[in-house]
Amino acid sequence: MKIDFTVNGNPQTVDVPENMPLLWVIRDVLDMKGTKFGCGQAACGSCTIHIDGDAVRSCSFAAQYAQNKHITTIEGLSTAEKLHPVQQAWIEEIVPQCGYCQPGFMMSVANLLDKIPNPTDEEIDDYITNICRCGTYYRMRKAIHRAVQLK
Amino acid sequence: MKKIYSIAFLVIVSIILISISSFQIQNESSLKKEKSLASFKQMLTVIKHPRCMNCHPSDDSPRQGDDRHVHLFNVQRGNDNEGLAAMRCNACHQKTNNPYSNVPGAPKWHLAPIGMAWQGLTDEQIGESILNEKTNGGKNLEELVHHMTEDTLVLWAWNPGKGRALPPLNQAQFAKAVKDWAENGAVVK
Repeated sequence: MKIDFTVNGNPQTVDVPENMPLLWVIRDVLDMKGTKFGCGQAACGSCTIHIDGDAVRSCSFAAQYAQNKHITTIEGLSTAEKLHPVQQAWIEEIVPQCGYCQPGFMMSVANLLDKIPNPTDEEIDDYITNICRCGTYYRMRKAIHRAVQLK
Repeated sequence: MKKIYSIAFLVIVSIILISISSFQIQNESSLKKEKSLASFKQMLTVIKHPRCMNCHPSDDSPRQGDDRHVHLFNVQRGNDNEGLAAMRCNACHQKTNNPYSNVPGAPKWHLAPIGMAWQGLTDEQIGESILNEKTNGGKNLEELVHHMTEDTLVLWAWNPGKGRALPPLNQAQFAKAVKDWAENGAVVK
């Protein structure tokens, strides 16, 4: 099935099976390796991307539904000149440990701040349900509050 | 004198005839009521099944699985029944079941509004809630039948994907029970 969409502003056309997870399309067809495969069951959030402004777990998103959508991946979060406030805060608070889950976390947090510019700790708990096996949650919480200031 | 007798006779006969027919009407209506209630009991086996009940909670947490556990990851209802601002249902649930992640999906995946909460209600209360336009999303009987027999999210219950039990009636049986129930007066008690 031929599918047209944009990724980080660039038009893309792919020819893939209609139910292929969008994550596979991004990683294996478009060769963009920033978005990670974690559990494959929409449970861990490491594959989080933005589709038309909503955070979506791309391992559970069939390619057919990407038709005409605007997709943002971790590669598109910053511009060439400037890091996204979430990325900047992540560096300043030295968040990552092994780092594997971080692209998904940063995409989820960026989406949260788009919708709730100054989230409380409770809102962070409710909205950010990704999983970090290194347990960097405490550092991420600090980084989220810092990103609010940077924004 | 004869005239009076014949008039009295006619009156008596008419009284008898009227009471027989009203008895018949009464009998017919109680038969209809029984039929409707029997259909409702059949409907309840589906309505109270996890495939339906899991998305009609009385709190803000969807349920999951045949054991009706609270949806993992602290997933919540949100203002529009489609999740919290940055934790939407469609972060994981799309328009069809996903054969790779086994995450279920159907068009307009969402929780039933809190007014349509069924968890913890008695059978009779469920019935009253379904019929009450204030708690059923403003549906008249015809629209209610349509919702229960044709709504794509309701129909998902019979195509729930791997590892999820089917309701005890098949979709045609359920649709028939709903239609019989409505035609015979939509009785719930």
